[in-house]
Order: sequence, then C-alpha cells, then structure tokens
Amino acid sequence: MLQGWVIVVVSLVYLGILFAIAWYGDHRADTGRSLISSPVVYALSLGVYCTTWTFYGSVGRAAASGVGFLPIYLGPTLLFALAGFVLMKMLRVAKANRITSIADFVASRYGKSQLLGGLVTIIAVVGIIPYIALQLKAVSNSFSVIESYPQIIMPASVAAVPLHQDGALYVAIILAGFTILFGTRHLDATERHEGMVAAIAFESIIKLVAFLAVGIFVVWGIHDGFADIFAKAAALPAMAQRSGGAPVTPVAYGSWGALLFLAMFASLLLPRQFQIAIVENVNPGHLRRAVWMFPLYLLLINLFVLPVALAGMIHFPTGVDADTFVLTLPMAHQQEFLTLFVYIGGLSAATGMVIVETIALSTMVCNDLVMPALFRLPFFRLEERSDLSGLLLTIRRVAIGVILALGYLYFRIAGEAHALVSIGLISFVAVAQFAPAVFGALYWKGGTRDGALAGLLVGFMVWGYTLMLPSFAKSGWLPVDFMSSGMFGLDILRPQSLFGLTGFDEITHCMIWSLLGNTVAYAGVSLLRAPTAREAHQAAVFVSGNIEGLPVWRGSAGVTDLLPLVARFLGAEKAKAAFAEYAQHRGVFGINGLKADAGLVLFAENLLAGAIGSGSARAMVASVVEEEPLGIDEVMHILDEASQMRSYSIELEAKSRELQEATTELRDANARLRELDRMKDDFISTVTHELRTPLTSIRAFSEMLHEDPDIDVTERVRFLGIIVSETERLSRLINQILDLAKLDSGRGEWSVNTLRPGEVIREAADSMLALFHEKAVSLELDLPDPGPAALADRDRLMQVMVNLLSNALKFVPKSEGRVSVVLRVTSSPDMKKIIRVSVTDNGPGIRLEDQELIFEKFRQGGDVMTDKPQGTGLGLPITRQIVEYFGGRLWVESTLTKGACFVFTLPLHEDDNIENK
Amino acid sequence: MIRSRLTAQRLFALFLLGVVLFNFPVLHIFNRGGDVFGIPLLYAYLMVIWLVLIGLLAVTVEGGTD
Repeated sequence: MLQGWVIVVVSLVYLGILFAIAWYGDHRADTGRSLISSPVVYALSLGVYCTTWTFYGSVGRAAASGVGFLPIYLGPTLLFALAGFVLMKMLRVAKANRITSIADFVASRYGKSQLLGGLVTIIAVVGIIPYIALQLKAVSNSFSVIESYPQIIMPASVAAVPLHQDGALYVAIILAGFTILFGTRHLDATERHEGMVAAIAFESIIKLVAFLAVGIFVVWGIHDGFADIFAKAAALPAMAQRSGGAPVTPVAYGSWGALLFLAMFASLLLPRQFQIAIVENVNPGHLRRAVWMFPLYLLLINLFVLPVALAGMIHFPTGVDADTFVLTLPMAHQQEFLTLFVYIGGLSAATGMVIVETIALSTMVCNDLVMPALFRLPFFRLEERSDLSGLLLTIRRVAIGVILALGYLYFRIAGEAHALVSIGLISFVAVAQFAPAVFGALYWKGGTRDGALAGLLVGFMVWGYTLMLPSFAKSGWLPVDFMSSGMFGLDILRPQSLFGLTGFDEITHCMIWSLLGNTVAYAGVSLLRAPTAREAHQAAVFVSGNIEGLPVWRGSAGVTDLLPLVARFLGAEKAKAAFAEYAQHRGVFGINGLKADAGLVLFAENLLAGAIGSGSARAMVASVVEEEPLGIDEVMHILDEASQMRSYSIELEAKSRELQEATTELRDANARLRELDRMKDDFISTVTHELRTPLTSIRAFSEMLHEDPDIDVTERVRFLGIIVSETERLSRLINQILDLAKLDSGRGEWSVNTLRPGEVIREAADSMLALFHEKAVSLELDLPDPGPAALADRDRLMQVMVNLLSNALKFVPKSEGRVSVVLRVTSSPDMKKIIRVSVTDNGPGIRLEDQELIFEKFRQGGDVMTDKPQGTGLGLPITRQIVEYFGGRLWVESTLTKGACFVFTLPLHEDDNIENK
Repeated sequence: MIRSRLTAQRLFALFLLGVVLFNFPVLHIFNRGGDVFGIPLLYAYLMVIWLVLIGLLAVTVEGGTD
C-alpha cells in the first residue's frame, strides 16, 4: 500500500487540508469573526515549538542519552511561569509600537536603528538555516524510509542521490510555494496571519495525536506497559556499557543546566516563537491559559519519547538510525496505517516550523535588510515610485524562496554529518545571542545602540567560531586540523576548547563563551556613553511601558505629506481608511481636519512601522518631515515630567479608591443601624401589644368582681382562676422578654461545662412527666448510654429541652399523642462530628411557609385570624438563640397533618473528662 | 492577564521552584539507578515534578482566589 505515489498523494491531500483551514481562517478574519480568538488555539499554535526535532530527533537523543532530551521542553515550561512578567511586558510594548519581528523589536528599542535591525536579521537567518535544513532532512528521510516498506532500509547518503531524485528538493519547492501562498497573500499593517495561525494550531493537534498513537502502540501494543520496556531495556548489552547500567544514564549537570536555559531563551527568541507568541497574539488575555496549557502540550508530546527509544533499541540492536524509530517500529509490525499517520505527523511538525519560520524571517529580511538597502541605492529611485506595496510583497516572496533554497543547500552539503538534535541546538545557541539585548531592552534604560551592536557582534562571532565553523569542518568544508590545532596554529584558540576550557560538550562550551562575551560587550559598551535623546525616549517607552506617544521630535507635517507616504507602502485605500479612523479617534471630522502636529507624525510612523519595520519607517518619515531633534536634556525633562505625573496620578487614584471604600463601609453601617432601629421599634410595639392582652382581661374580670358583689361563688372562682392564669402568663411573658433581651445584648449568664446532653434530656423529660401523664401523651426516649459529651450550660440546655417538649405537648392530640426524643452522633456537611437531637410529635404539623416564621419573635404558626394563640411566641426564638450560642443549629422538619420534628445539633466534645456538678 | 501582584509573585515563585527542582543539587538526589514501579527513578522524578509544576501553574492562573 505504501508505494511512493500513495505517500505523495496523501501528503498533498494533507497540505490541501491545511490550505483550506488557512483560507477559512482568513475568510473568518475578514468577516470579523476570528477563528483564532481563543486561548486554546493560542496555546496550540505555540506548539510550533515542537518540530521534527521533537518528533523524530528526541527519540534519537533519548536512545543515546536517556533523559537528555528533556531540558529542551522543561526550559519553556519555566519560561511560561515567567510569562506574567516578561511575555506580558513584551506583548504590551510590541502592540503599542506595532512591532512585527524580533529584529524590529531590538531595532525599535535602541533608537529605531536600521543597522541593528539588519544585524539581528543576519544572525537570525544564518542561525536558522541549519534548523530549516533539519526539517527538510527529516521529511525526506521519513519519506524514503516508509517508501521501502515493508523492508526497513536506512536512507542513502544524500551526496549519492542525483539532484532530480532528491525528495528533499521537492519538499523544499512545495513548502516554498505553500508558504508564499500562506504568508504573503496581502500586506497587513499589523503583519498578522490569522489563517496561518489556525492551520498551525491544527498541525499541533495532528502531530500530538500521531505521536501519542505510536507511543500507545509501542507501549501497550508491542509491550506490556512502561515497566516491561524498562525491564527489557535494562537487559540489553548496550545498556551494560552505560554508566550505572540503567536505561536512564545519570545526567551531566553542566550541560543539563545549559540546555535548560538555552531552551528557555529559544522558546521566546526564535523568530517563529516571537511571531506566534507576540506578533500573532490577538488578545493578551490568552496568555493566561497558555501559561499552563503550552507546558502541558510539551509534556504530552514527550510522554512516550523514552519508551519508544528503548523499544527501538530492543527491536533493532543495530542498523537502524534511532531518529527513525517512530516510523520503523510500526513498520516492523506491519502497521501500514499507523506508519502513514506517523509520517503525516512528522510532515505536520516540519511544515508548521518551516511556514512560520520563513514568514517571520522573510518579514525581517524585507523590512530590516532589503528595504533599507534599496532606499540607499539611488539606482532604484524608490522615492519616485507611487505604490510600493507590490514591491514589498515581491521582496518577501523572493526572500521565502531564497531562505528555503539556502536551507536545502545546507542540507545537501552539511546535513549528513549531524544528528537532528545537534543541528537544532546550533540554531538555539544562535538565537540565544538575542537574550541580553532583548531582556536588557525591557528592564535596563541604560542600554544603547552601540552596546547592543557590540554584544550581538561578539556573541555571533564566538558562536560562528566555536560552533558553526567546527560543523563545517566536520562536513569537510574546512581542514580538520583547524579543529585540533586552532586558528593560526595557536593551541589556546582551539574552537571547541577556547582558552583551554574543556570538560563541557560543544553546545555548553559555546553557550558559556558566547553569552559571556555578548553580555559583557553589551553592558560595557552601553556604559561608555549616555543614551542619545532617541534611545532615552525608546527606553522610556519599553521599560516604563505606559509612556505612549510622547512627542519627542519637534516639527510637523500635514496630512498632505504623510498620507501619500503611507499609501505608497500600504496601498491608497488602506492608508485612507487608517487615517480616517485616526481622525475619528481624535474627534476630528474627516481626514483633512487633522492638525499637522507631532501626534500625527507619530501615528503615521507607527503605521508605516507595521509594514516596513521601525527603522525604515523612521527614515521614511524623516524624509518628509522638517524636524529639529530635541536635545537630550529636553527629552529627559519631558520624560521626568511624564513619569512624575504618572506617579502622582497613581497616588491620586489610590487615594480616591480608599475614599470610595470608606464611603461604602459607612453607607453599609448606616443601613445596618437603621434596620436595627426599625427592629427595635417593631419589638417594642409588639411587646406592648402582647402585654396589653392579658392585662386587659385581668382588668375586665377584676372590675366585674369589684363592681358586682352579687356574682355567685362558682362564677367568682372561675373569674379568679382566669385572673390567676393570665397573671401567670403575664409574668412568664415578662421573664421571657427579659431573657431574650439578655441573650440579644450578649449579657446572659452562662456557665459552660462539659456535660452529657443525654443526661440533661432525661432530667428534662422527668420533670415534664407529670404534664405528659395529665394529657395522656406517651413520651419515648432513645438515648445512648452514657452518650456523647458536649460543651454547654446545663440550665440553658434544660430550658431548650423543656421548651421543645412543652411545645410538642401543646400541639399533640389528647390521649393519642406521641412524642419521641432521639439522640445520635453524626457528621455535619463539613465533616465535623456533631450531636443531633430530634423531638418528634404527631401533632397537626407546620405549614411549609411557617417553618422559618415560627422562629421569629412573637410569630406563631397557623392562621392568626382564626386560631387562638397558644403560648407567648418567644419560646422558639429563645431556644434557637441558646442552641446557636452553643455552636449548633435548630430547625424544624414537618409536613402538614403529619406531625413535626424539631431538630437541634451541638458540636461533639471529644474530651471525656466530665465534671459532674 | 495577571490580575494581582500576588498571582505574579506566585508565578515567579513557581519559576524559582522549577529552576531549583530541575537542577543540581536537588536533581542529584534522584540522579542514580533504581526504579519506582519499574520506571527508572530519575525519569519518574522529572515527569512527576513536571506535571505537578504544570498543575500548580494552572491553579495559580485559573484559581482567581486573590
């Protein structure tokens, strides 16, 4: 099934799907419904970090060194923990200044220097070309490996293959065409490619699923899980030669740490990472999700790397390149579809990297290298051409083609000498040279253009001498004795043990010297002179962040000068639309109403920067604006004032926020006081009303007895009985009101001891027994002996029980009434042990709407108009207050006509020392 | 995105924690033979710490209890 043409067709179909996704993404972006406006898509698109190096090369490295492949993925995890500081700041600065590439970022910070932008571009292109070669090599290798299915034959040396039969050439050509279609469809002032990002996110899914599929097949399809593979691998003869004899050899801390930091820098400074993370970001908020989702992606794609590597070593003791294990393992087990799927996964890893990387590089080459050069050459007469947007696109398209051609050339000439991973690491060290200038840009105001230039140059030269030239020497380009005896035959200059530094691998060695030299040169040269006005201005914009649109250059130019200038690069329509929007923003009607001031100049410059880079934009604007630059003193003065004003306004904001908080608190307190006042009034009027009822009846009966001496004795006794019982009710009411007042004010007298509630309940029941007998109501107690302990006041708990029991007794029917009391230890919803006491009766029950009402003061269940109130209406509120004082709750469960069940809880006291009082 | 200084500080602390746990000398404790449930000790250590770190990052940025 896996003939050559099938693989080619499948590959082309896959690329077709990618293109469809990209087209759809662009279409959605044009209609304003962005496909990529999601944090998940952002995190997935960051997965472009994982190239064929991850897909094929990690396995090779794992086969050679155990866990040595991991720092490359742990580094980005650490970097994204820092996202809140570094990435967020970069994102803000880049958006505010319309930064379109890492070269633009560096150039813009150090005074919009074209020279610096050019240098960064050259370093990036030279550094990244081996990396692109690596992708071509991986795709062409994987193609030739699966083409020979079912036999497993390692791809022949490229040098032996004639040019027209070399798969990598066709891969390069197709990818170039594809990238040109993708990345340079139109010129955008923000340099964003929504469709491309959507396709990259899709590719990230494909390569992840493909790798997981082969991992699962190898671990559970061929073997019995992880432990099985590790056990078998430990028995291999090759393992016995490793130190420790374990499948995982101990790591060397020096190179481990170096790789960790290298990967940390690379995951941000690689042009494609900068493109995806900063330039293509649609919403800074998406970064939040990416902080953990991108590292999680890296973890998942690396989960099976070591097991697959070891399984490969078990199955193919010799003759098979470890870089191809992900393909050859399924092939050896006749898994055609899986093999094809893995191949597509590898293809997606390669295409994703190549597309984004070449788009990023072509932007840099065009804006920071070619355009500045063209403007300097009078031959082209660029000043006279009216529309340059077509020219810009052409330059980018050519740049893409040239970059891929260079990648292919490197692959033909030097690619054979290295494994995938070591090629990639060469690129990593190259882009790590941007680290001092980039991080200095964000956090050090003193850095100057000269310092950045010096640092980059030193770092780049050391990198070339200790890493790039040796790699050429290994490929036979340079005499090998250059390696062993050093330049000019000086032993101290040997490239891979410079100044006699030995004991590190070549990557660590190069990283130490290049970054050391780079940082020292950057800081040292920067300190030689004070920043110029322009550098100081940009430093303020980058480091302090918020000082936007500070007019540093005096001088002005009107719309008539600036609009044609911008239109030449962006096209007339786009330029007009942008100016119209700016006019609206400034509150001016129409483009021609715009005042010729410094703000307008800055706006035009930023707009241009999006298309041709900040350095070229500055040069272009300067050509039409008559300006006299401010001196450094004036700039510093303006900056000082601005930052002072900013700190004042921050202070002011904080003050007003405090004031607002205080006001809110006061308002709340006032509302609470009013509410309390109203409740007090209510309470007093209710109490007076409740007191008047018995008083009225006492007075009525006493008056009758007083005024009519002729009432007969039986009537007289009945009247006196009523008077006595009403008096009793009155005094009970007064007692309870006093009680409640004490509880409310918190002045109640409590003597809290450890006691057993069961005993108190029994005591309360005994004291009520006579009343129960009188009404012929049965009382059942279900109490454990000796029962749990609680912290409570004995008399108050007694009061609770008496209240609940008399309440139950009041409502049960005579002679058929049943009341039961149950005590249990259970756990509360928050898993604490509590004591639960329930008092159940078979009375009329309580309506649902009354179940919370009865715990309010002077409120009783039932219909107020028809039912005669029984009791004072204060018993249950008091009871609830007491229970809550003990840290428990009191509530009722009931349905109408089926009785009521009052339940209260008390916290369990674990200590068993009962003081018997 | 970072809603408060506290979240930012927590993230920075996690960065430092990662740097410490993934480097000498803590790495040295696990950088030897032996295995847990058949998985080599060093490998298991790195993967588990990695996962835990990702989990902590997720809780820190998504938690929102500041």
